[in-house]
Amino acid sequence: MNKHKYKVAIIEQSELLTKGLEQMLNSSAMFSIGNIWDELPTHIDDTTDIVIINPSLISQNKRAKIRELYPTAKIVAMLYSYVDRETLKLFDDVIEINHNSVKIIQTLESSIRKENLSGIESNMEELSDREKEILVAVAKGLMNKEIASLHNISIHTVMSHRKNISRKTHIRTVSGLLVYALLNNLIDEAEVLK
Amino acid sequence: MTSKYTLISGNTKMADAIFQNPTLLTVLPRFGIKLGFGENTISQLCSNYNIDQAIFILVCNIYSFDNYIPTNNELENINLKVVIKYLDASHHYYTKRRIYEIESRLQSISEHSPCSHYRIINTFFSEYKLEISNHFLYEEQVVFPYIDQLINGDIPIEFHIDKYEQNHDSIDDKLNDLKSIIIKYLPEEDSSDIRDDRSDLLREIFLFEEDLSKHTRIEDRVLIPIVKKIERRHE
Repeated sequence: MNKHKYKVAIIEQSELLTKGLEQMLNSSAMFSIGNIWDELPTHIDDTTDIVIINPSLISQNKRAKIRELYPTAKIVAMLYSYVDRETLKLFDDVIEINHNSVKIIQTLESSIRKENLSGIESNMEELSDREKEILVAVAKGLMNKEIASLHNISIHTVMSHRKNISRKTHIRTVSGLLVYALLNNLIDEAEVLK
Repeated sequence: MTSKYTLISGNTKMADAIFQNPTLLTVLPRFGIKLGFGENTISQLCSNYNIDQAIFILVCNIYSFDNYIPTNNELENINLKVVIKYLDASHHYYTKRRIYEIESRLQSISEHSPCSHYRIINTFFSEYKLEISNHFLYEEQVVFPYIDQLINGDIPIEFHIDKYEQNHDSIDDKLNDLKSIIIKYLPEEDSSDIRDDRSDLLREIFLFEEDLSKHTRIEDRVLIPIVKKIERRHE
């Protein structure tokens, strides 16, 4: 018997849906419902294993935030309206409103089992050498495209490096990264003043 | 009976509201209210100062309760012109007090610290200050006049409140970066005076950040919904 239940948080405004999900998941021995929110919470929660969220509740620019708020969780989108492909990429899995309980529980189970790469990485807060290189390039004002061709990597890789840099340093803006680079002697002050 | 969960109303004594939530102290000057109001209730105070009570109470509640959402009923009693006047007063308060406080503390630390790093931070902060001042200016010179026209029944072209809704994030991010840098990446200080100054500086930044988030909430939950309603009427 697996006594540990996975803790699920739900972020959704419709009571109808949250109550329904709650009922479904409670009937499974694997999951227990933790918190239910009607908007993005403001504090970080590293005890939750799965977050089920209505994608329309996170605005474009808050998207990176959900991973910060739930550093250890799988993020599952609950869909009941159209969402573009780019948006869906942000989630580990997707459940749809017309799925039955068997299907929903299967999805959540497989989501939990998937290798949690970002989870392992998130414990290592030191920047890797590669990340330092990228950080310097960003701080010098290079665009993603330029950084990609400079280091011979894809733009996608540049973006994922940038995401990790911001997650580790808690610095998001280019000028903030420049300050970081200067303070840590990654860039020589004379170089920037030119 | 009052508890810390009692919403603020006209019957609340101003002093009690402040005991409950000291950050309201920063709201008072924006309405021109001076300390020394004794046992006055908010209603009495508003009529003494000739302040629009609906907006004052709404602002107090937003500042006192996280995630406070105004009811439709409340919004219906809100006069847009008064909201704009308040937001404008807030900008002045930020520039004159909160931003000034951060800037002068930063200045004084960099003068006394042997560490040359503060010069870099100073530059970063000047950039931030310029950005946020421009943002305030944009609101005062573009957004507020637009709303004014809308209230007067004109149908301005070339602008829509949706245009303005995005705008806050990079400014918030910069302030957040400043915090990270001062907390984590500036080296330790030998002088205990400078260490204390550094903490005080951080406290100022946290205070300002919290205040800005309430300010944004007033824009998002009060100003924009009311403007949208008027826009729809014109369409």
